[in-house]
Amino acid sequence: MYQYDQFDQAMVDARVAEFRDQVRRRLDGSMSEEQFRPLRLMNGLYLQLHAYMLRVAVPYGTLNSRQMRMLGHIADKYDRGYGHFTTRQNIQYNWIKLEDAPDILADLATVEMHAIQTSGNCIRNTTSDQYAGAAADEVIDPRPYAELIRQWSTFHPEFSYLPRKFKMAVIASDIDRAAMKLHDIGIRLVRNAQGELGAAFYVGGGMGRTPMIAPCIREFVPIDQMITYSEACLRVYNRHGRRDNKYKARIKILVHEMGKDEYTRQVEEEFAHLLTQNIEPPAAELERIQGYFADPAFENGLSDAIDRADPDFALWVDNNCVAHKRPGYIAATISLKPVGGIPGDATSDQIRLMGDLAREYSFDELRVTHAQNIVLPHVRKADLYALWQKLDAAGLGTANLDLVGDIIACPGLDYCTLANARSIPVAQEISKRMAPKEQEIGELKLKISGCINACGHHHAGHIGILGVDRKGVENYQLLLGGCEGDDTSLGQITGPGFDENGIVDAVEKATNFYLANRQGDERFLDTYRRIGMAPFKEAIYAKETVDG
Amino acid sequence: MKILTGNDLKTGAVTWWDGQGWSLHVEDAADVAEHGDEIAARENAARRVVAPYVIDGEVAAEGVRPAHIKDRIRALGPTVRLDLSLKPAEPDAGTWVI
Repeated sequence: MYQYDQFDQAMVDARVAEFRDQVRRRLDGSMSEEQFRPLRLMNGLYLQLHAYMLRVAVPYGTLNSRQMRMLGHIADKYDRGYGHFTTRQNIQYNWIKLEDAPDILADLATVEMHAIQTSGNCIRNTTSDQYAGAAADEVIDPRPYAELIRQWSTFHPEFSYLPRKFKMAVIASDIDRAAMKLHDIGIRLVRNAQGELGAAFYVGGGMGRTPMIAPCIREFVPIDQMITYSEACLRVYNRHGRRDNKYKARIKILVHEMGKDEYTRQVEEEFAHLLTQNIEPPAAELERIQGYFADPAFENGLSDAIDRADPDFALWVDNNCVAHKRPGYIAATISLKPVGGIPGDATSDQIRLMGDLAREYSFDELRVTHAQNIVLPHVRKADLYALWQKLDAAGLGTANLDLVGDIIACPGLDYCTLANARSIPVAQEISKRMAPKEQEIGELKLKISGCINACGHHHAGHIGILGVDRKGVENYQLLLGGCEGDDTSLGQITGPGFDENGIVDAVEKATNFYLANRQGDERFLDTYRRIGMAPFKEAIYAKETVDG
Repeated sequence: MKILTGNDLKTGAVTWWDGQGWSLHVEDAADVAEHGDEIAARENAARRVVAPYVIDGEVAAEGVRPAHIKDRIRALGPTVRLDLSLKPAEPDAGTWVI
């Protein structure tokens, strides 16, 4: 994985020193909160419901063991013994003291980490496929290109004060595992008929209060022009994006209101101009970056056999492991969704253990997924049982990837100042209620947001839940039919909302209806798409008759 | 009644104006009547609190309680981690929040 050069390290160290001084000035009164707030946000420090919250960047979700151990150390030394992995492939700490924040950033800097680009109206941390570099279906490892975007976007003077935050994702396979079309810019690396590498640009997607699926504005940008085209997309947005209304300031609104064709025309015009300015990073820099992402020392001639004698282990293999590009290896997902647990939370001990297991079994690599799980991307199949036993002993062996218990949930009203309703208790109750049936149900992606900002990706859930505030009381809307993959679709609201208990009942009714009506190997989403909302709605809202 | 809340500048801890200073316990919250904004401005300037704001409160049998669920959760802590609340040993500590 990427390693800092002297410029990266110098930039991060300088940023820590700068923030340390800013915190000192805030605490001694020479800086007001109004002056300090944008500065702390630029360093990932929010003021949340109970305390300061620090969001640490995990570029394209990739970590090594040393970094993971540092995350565990921070949880113990500065927080309350746990961290929360987010839908942006980052990690958040919920109980941070302002006076500790500079020391935390200094500790992070020792392992080449920081909290830059985790807040503010800049280009945020770029996300990617959690199986990048391991997936059998990718045309190339997308991470060097995500890293190139990171280097281009970090402290980019023109794009540090955009109309709103800006999120990019890069993938390199036909199967979209990064919700790419629901980003401000989604890039899919592709090969054309001549075998040349290029980038397809999807621009203007997003969730939030106005969910939109990004249209493809160009199917093939030569790979040595990817940054130039990105700059053109950003420049048109920065020029025309609305700054008078934060709810209409995202690029999706601009593309929608300007129209895809006109937006694309202006991007192409800007792109043609920028090509004359020769702003693309030199090929040597990309090659330098790619050198850090070379395959680890995979062994040849390994067996693909897995001893499935232990049924619990066999279930975990079936549910949580995916094919690797190399024989004898597999990519294993560690679910952070134990039955009744808090989605995405891990204790400091668990964080350290996952780091240690990555070193022992996965060439020192881990990935954070946007579904709030952890991936060990390169595990020898021969080691899989030993790995699973250690995970299971630590409460990390749950076999529910992409099942109804593998719920994405934002922190909700338990932690977040923006939230209108709690997400986590709903996730916990659904997890417990559905656990006995989740294997029978099969793939069902359930996502919960505690407010319209949609950090829990409810628009993209096969079943989505949105928490709202109805006169001071939590209420939950149910959505069906969302999907974040290649066939991206947005969920539709079923009808009137439910209370905290009613929403769990409604999910159960929807899944029962699916089980009674599915055909063949249909997933929940397939059945919904075949028969539509009306029969599901009827089943969900049917009055129960009471005998006697 | 009107009560004043905010966060401790240094630690970020949720605090409540008790009439003399800031308490971690919502039960100590004082009725600030129409003086909330004035106190908030003074305490903010003195760096004893950050992001103070006035909310509706009510006096229950157990003491002062915020009227809105968001502030009741602020007063208690995350409802899903009662072990992190100010009264982790009291199993019924959160029954008044929801």
